[in-house]
Amino acid sequence: MFAKRFVTVTPLLSRGLASTTEKAPLIKTFNIYRWSPDTPEEKPRLQEYKIDLNDCGPMVLDALLKIKNEQDATLTFRRSCREGICGSCAMNIGGRNTLACLCRIDRDTSKNTKIYPLPHMFVVRDLVPDLTHFYKQYKSIQPYLQRDTVPEDGKENLQSIADRKKLDGLYECILCACCSTSCPSYWWNQQEYLGPAVLMQAYRWLIDSRDEATHMRRELLQNSMSLYRCHTILNCTRTCPKGLNPGKAIAEIKKGLSLEG
Amino acid sequence: MPPKVKRLSGLQKEVLRLYRKCLRASFTKPKENQHHFIEYSRNEFKKHQKLPKKEYSTIEYLLRTGYRRFEMFSAPEIKDIK
Repeated sequence: MFAKRFVTVTPLLSRGLASTTEKAPLIKTFNIYRWSPDTPEEKPRLQEYKIDLNDCGPMVLDALLKIKNEQDATLTFRRSCREGICGSCAMNIGGRNTLACLCRIDRDTSKNTKIYPLPHMFVVRDLVPDLTHFYKQYKSIQPYLQRDTVPEDGKENLQSIADRKKLDGLYECILCACCSTSCPSYWWNQQEYLGPAVLMQAYRWLIDSRDEATHMRRELLQNSMSLYRCHTILNCTRTCPKGLNPGKAIAEIKKGLSLEG
Repeated sequence: MPPKVKRLSGLQKEVLRLYRKCLRASFTKPKENQHHFIEYSRNEFKKHQKLPKKEYSTIEYLLRTGYRRFEMFSAPEIKDIK
């Protein structure tokens, strides 16, 4: 009896995961920017990779990982969380700055997808941009709580619910640099203009009810370059992969500065 | 007639400037290791000596990395280079 039951079960198990019907391969071509610092005399080039979309995850990052695993291990890019919370995989996909992990692959196989590193940044290798200057600018706005007084209970700096609400839409920024590198003003004045990502964080600290260095923060921005190179082009808001609005934050800073006099 | 002087482009001057800086920084190092630094800088520059002078983007890239390395090695904590 035991043997009989065993026989009836086997065919069910053997079906396993192979039950998907065979699909015709859907071959998509990716053109990816390649440049290596080991051979600096060689010009950067676009390299073509073909991938079967039926055998690949839905996002561009999946395709990149598949290429790196199966076709070309020398392809270089940053990635970490694969869910849009770390901001490592920011790159220019099909002419738009986004996170590769949040960008779906265009299933239209008649068109190639072109992938470049973030525009107007120095390239370290392939899709890896040099963000040193971007981080330096972030450091220059002093992105930390500054207070002279200690909280009364000696533990926490409390904040009302309304004050906390003001930070929504600002604190979610993951500093992927998509917005800054999409801003023409930032392209031409990278050395002096802070760029949308950093300015949005500057605003986040300006309106924080717990921060007491507001006056000093305003003084830092009160010059012709740091803030006023923003000409409300709004590429930043359009490209932000997290759906935030740096353009509005910058406008609010400008308003605050003009009201102050 | 005045002697013929080779006119250098801005980029070439920039490269020479970095080279001078590297050599000068070498002399701030401990005496017994100075020739290590000088040799190292000379070799690094020699590697790309044959690069055509019109390869602007390549030269600019090498200058950038060169400056980064110069800043790193000129720190007083670094005593020797192999």
